[in-house]
Amino acid sequence: MMAAVALASQTAPDPVAADFTRIASALPGANVAWLAKLRRQALERFVERGLPTTREEAWKYTNISALAKRPYTLGTKSDVTPVVDVAPFTFADLGAHLVVFVDGRFSPALSRIGALQAGCTLASVADVLAREPERLEAAFATRTGHTIFSDLNAAFARDGLYLHLAAGVTLGEPVHALFVTTRDDVVAHPRNVIVAEAGARAFVIEHHVSAGAASYFTNAVTQIDIGTKASIGHCKLQQEGARAFHIAGVHIAQRRSSRFESQSIALGAALSRADIATAFDDEGCEASLAGLYLVGGRQHVDHHTLVDHAKPNGTSRALYKGVLDDGARGVFNGKIIVRPDAQKTDAHLANHNLLLSKSAEIDTKPELTIDADDVKCSHGATVGQLDETALFYLRSRAIDPATARALLTYAFAHDVVERVPLAPLRTALERTLLARLPQAERLRDIA
Amino acid sequence: MPSNDKQRTSGEPMLVVRDLAVKVDDKQILRGLDLTVNPGEVHAIMGPNGSGKSTLAQVLAGREAFTVTGGEVRYQGHDLLALAPEERAREGVFLAFQYPVEIPGVSNVYLLKAAVNAVRRHRGEQELDAMEFLSLIREKMKLLDMNDQLLFRSVNEGFSGGEKKRNEILQMALLEPALAILDETDSGLDIDALQVVSKGINALRSPERAMVLVTHYQRLLDYVVPDFVHVLAHGRIVKSGGKELALELEARGYGWIEQETARETAQAAK
Repeated sequence: MMAAVALASQTAPDPVAADFTRIASALPGANVAWLAKLRRQALERFVERGLPTTREEAWKYTNISALAKRPYTLGTKSDVTPVVDVAPFTFADLGAHLVVFVDGRFSPALSRIGALQAGCTLASVADVLAREPERLEAAFATRTGHTIFSDLNAAFARDGLYLHLAAGVTLGEPVHALFVTTRDDVVAHPRNVIVAEAGARAFVIEHHVSAGAASYFTNAVTQIDIGTKASIGHCKLQQEGARAFHIAGVHIAQRRSSRFESQSIALGAALSRADIATAFDDEGCEASLAGLYLVGGRQHVDHHTLVDHAKPNGTSRALYKGVLDDGARGVFNGKIIVRPDAQKTDAHLANHNLLLSKSAEIDTKPELTIDADDVKCSHGATVGQLDETALFYLRSRAIDPATARALLTYAFAHDVVERVPLAPLRTALERTLLARLPQAERLRDIA
Repeated sequence: MPSNDKQRTSGEPMLVVRDLAVKVDDKQILRGLDLTVNPGEVHAIMGPNGSGKSTLAQVLAGREAFTVTGGEVRYQGHDLLALAPEERAREGVFLAFQYPVEIPGVSNVYLLKAAVNAVRRHRGEQELDAMEFLSLIREKMKLLDMNDQLLFRSVNEGFSGGEKKRNEILQMALLEPALAILDETDSGLDIDALQVVSKGINALRSPERAMVLVTHYQRLLDYVVPDFVHVLAHGRIVKSGGKELALELEARGYGWIEQETARETAQAAK
């Protein structure tokens, strides 16, 4: 069954409702009462609000009207999974559990899930919905920090990564969740759920790529619940195709003394937006958010981060760096909220941007809301060009100007990449970064 | 006492600076500077802070933020000012920076190899492969008592003051320049580091190579003994002499030179 979902004009989103009516009964878990209700409610919220416009503060600098104009197709059930070579998207020596989704659906044939220790569940959301849907109820019901796109996702979501770690379980190998889109006009709503019970630990790579040059829309939501003293690392790699739209929400709930470490690397898509929001639901939480966006041409990239210090003794660090070339446009909005109860909060946020061309643009806005008095908070944002002294230094060492500029751009971006904790992944990212720079051949042995 | 105009004239001078005038941000820093340096010579340029010493060093290396408003610079008989910084480097001009730049994520060995191979390409020589380069660099590092690990760390990142300056001299040793300009290489060095760096500089002295040492203090000149000492004040060289001039400056400061210059200017006006 093919279902064309015209993603609604802003004034009349009803076609989405019509599409929902048409396909709802075919979605995984359609017979699960709580889920059906949740989907209907999410749809109603979406229909009522419609797609955001630039009149809304959170979407002021990111105009998604082009998205509304395209007819998108939800991936279909009966279609044969396209043949995709995922090798180019995997990382040598990483030893990860590879979980592949093609056009929004789990592909057992392309996935390689190794032996898992007791207390660890790694599966596709569609499978869990078919067998033990109750495992997902709490995560699906959470709406903290959600946007209108999360509602759209909630209404149509059919698959995604499910990872559950029982108390005290450390997942030895990282999980590589690979989302490959292959066809034009596909819309995929991946819904990922990661639950780490007390003291559990894992590292998950959420990787979005395109096989070919299709124009499509990814609307992903990742819900992460980190239990007491648990620790989750999440590396989001957005390498969508040049004609793709990518919108993603990563929503984290942190329990007492838990730790969340995030890297968000955005290189692809015509337009991308990522909302990464963590809430400290108890004392002593730590969060580290690092991000890098490196774009050129007419690309548009938007990051919104939020650290909600609701409880005392929390520590958060956010460092986002952007490199914008040609006529690219970047948006960064980083929020820190310190609630009245959150004494002894230690929060820092920085956003640094490098504009490589006169027509590149960045709108950056760090925001601090502090309602507690015994806290240590700071923020800063910079926008600049390559350092003239550093360029001169390299040129005085016989390095040609183009290579010198590439070296300094790499040095600027490397600051974020070096925070990626897994060496094989870091090395691959360094190579990806270098390949994006001019003089790539000369820069091969840089590190 | 030797002076600039009595220098030996056999062969072509390495560097001839004539009436050089330079502006930085609309401020006139150099006002008619003259200097001639022959192969094999070591010249020290001394002077009070703000006299234009560092400006001279950077203009010779091609810093574009500085605007040459008058005069000329001939290097081995060619117009040096017409060349871009990287072209000067490939032609054998080297500047050791007062404040070497940190470049995170770019390994020191990468930069060194890229620099050496850029020069070799320019000379029409075969580029060195990784093995050849490592054996070359290890030999040069011995000269400077440098730890191997500094090769694989990011360029100057987290280096101590002494390590940064040694790294500059290491670059000089690798690039084998015809004209080396050392900008305040002694600043920020403790006595041990100063001795090591000086040993490195002395090892690179040769009849074919000229050096210009820019320094505020005489200290470095105890170890690297110059053939000529020049005093730069108000954008011009106001006094030249032999190595004993540096000692006199150390003992008497720069004030007397300024007075003497003022007197000479007044006499010339009569």
